[in-house]
Amino acid sequence: MAIILDHVGYVYEKGTAMETCALKDISLVIPDGQFIGLIGHTGSGKSTLVQLLNGLAQPVSGTIYYNGEDINEPGYNKKKLRSQVGLVFQYPEHQLFEADVFSDVCFGPRNMGLDRKESELRAYTALKQVGLEDEYFYQSPFDLSGGQKRRVAIAGVLAMRPEVLILDEPTAGLDPKGRNEVLDLIASLREATGMTVILVSHSMEDVAKYVERIIVMNGGSVMQDDEPRRVFAHYEELERIGLAAPQVTYIMQELKKRGVPVRTDAITIEEARDEILRALGQQRPHG
Amino acid sequence: MLRDITLGQYYQADSVIHRLDPRVKLVATMIFIVSLFIADNFMGYLWGGLCLFCVIRLSKVPFRFMVKGMKAMTVLLVVAVVFNLFLTPGEPVLSFWRLTVTGEGIRLALMMAVRLVFLIIGSSVMTLTTTPNHLTDGLEKLMGPLRVLHVPVHEVAMMMAIALRFIPILLEETDKIMKAQIARGADFESGNLLRKVRAMVPLLVPLFISAFRRANDLAMAMEARCYRGGEYRTRMKPLVYHRRDRIAYGITLIYLTACICFGRIFS
Repeated sequence: MAIILDHVGYVYEKGTAMETCALKDISLVIPDGQFIGLIGHTGSGKSTLVQLLNGLAQPVSGTIYYNGEDINEPGYNKKKLRSQVGLVFQYPEHQLFEADVFSDVCFGPRNMGLDRKESELRAYTALKQVGLEDEYFYQSPFDLSGGQKRRVAIAGVLAMRPEVLILDEPTAGLDPKGRNEVLDLIASLREATGMTVILVSHSMEDVAKYVERIIVMNGGSVMQDDEPRRVFAHYEELERIGLAAPQVTYIMQELKKRGVPVRTDAITIEEARDEILRALGQQRPHG
Repeated sequence: MLRDITLGQYYQADSVIHRLDPRVKLVATMIFIVSLFIADNFMGYLWGGLCLFCVIRLSKVPFRFMVKGMKAMTVLLVVAVVFNLFLTPGEPVLSFWRLTVTGEGIRLALMMAVRLVFLIIGSSVMTLTTTPNHLTDGLEKLMGPLRVLHVPVHEVAMMMAIALRFIPILLEETDKIMKAQIARGADFESGNLLRKVRAMVPLLVPLFISAFRRANDLAMAMEARCYRGGEYRTRMKPLVYHRRDRIAYGITLIYLTACICFGRIFS
């Protein structure tokens, strides 16, 4: 059971002067439970790709399968698909509309046709999952801070109990503290529920330490698709398309260039520290 | 679906029509519209259609774009035609049930349809070949004399420019909000009228909030750059008439004269 993309292509404004090719011949397999980072520069097609995954946009060519079924088949239940493949958009301002946080989170489950009790239960669980304190439940969502709004938006999708959670730039416009909080939250959610999580971002730094697979998009096609360590090894290629590897990658590369025998595939600061200590420790007898 | 509204959408191309002074285009469009109401026989419309066709060809804007703007007006067009067709008194031609179609009715309905179609296409040519900024600049200049009567011409022009500028932004925003709500299972299409109206709430609330926020930001940005309207304000690119503009005025005048003549000769 997984999402399979088979030679998928997408074109914007087909048949006009503004016709642009957004995706070219994408083939991917996304197995259940994987934590994926989808990285690309603005306009690389990453947002379009995630909209195809839950049927918000239809591919011009190719097929997308969810749990073995073609999602663009005429009789396919898209509403059900959207509750199973939850998509959280970049700006929470685009989806919050109710007078209070709690009703807003109920919106998704209510749309699924669940009764009031079940919807409220799910909304409550979801809000607890994203770690929002009870005191905010009956406040207007517009009075919350940026990070809290983001949490409510995530809860709004979580309340539908999706099997796949896609987050489009969940850290855009947040300060470093809010950013770390949201990312840690996503990682812990995934641990607790075992959902497939796709994290869309343009920042390697954000996703490096969490995800197990990175898909790099450029100009509408998949440029790299591998484990983070191996993707970062191509840091020069990433720079060429306007992305960057995490800062520790640069430190390790620089150290190696200057003759310190370190391995260059560290991703987090902790790993880098251990690796540098190990390398220096080996050197000590000489010095 | 929302992108079908052509009015107020500029089509980038390099043509004589695009380069014309906006004042010329405004005046010519106005004259064209007036001419549609002066003409009361089909020779007049043929002449108008011919000229419109030539201008469209000159403008290098694909014809599809003109027609696109008409989709939104279909209802108005149908209503106008139906009313004229059935409610004009005169010689009955066709009669069924309690409705009668008269010869005069057919004539009027046809004329009305042609008028409306030409009117929409004519004004689409102007908006498709003129950037909103140019358009309001031209309007401001043309309405300049009204300032004597204490009409806040500059302010009105500025408001129009801002409103036009925001149309594509708000359309894009609407699209995004719709997608975000559809992803949460919102349904904008099915159900009866009441349900459809209620389904708009999750779309309209975020849209209004974002529009207010944008308006606020814009006002702040304008104030930060010491904007104050009207009096003594100079322009970076003042409007200047060129030779082509004078020629265009001439052609417009010839067109109008011909229209009036056709009316006299063929009626």
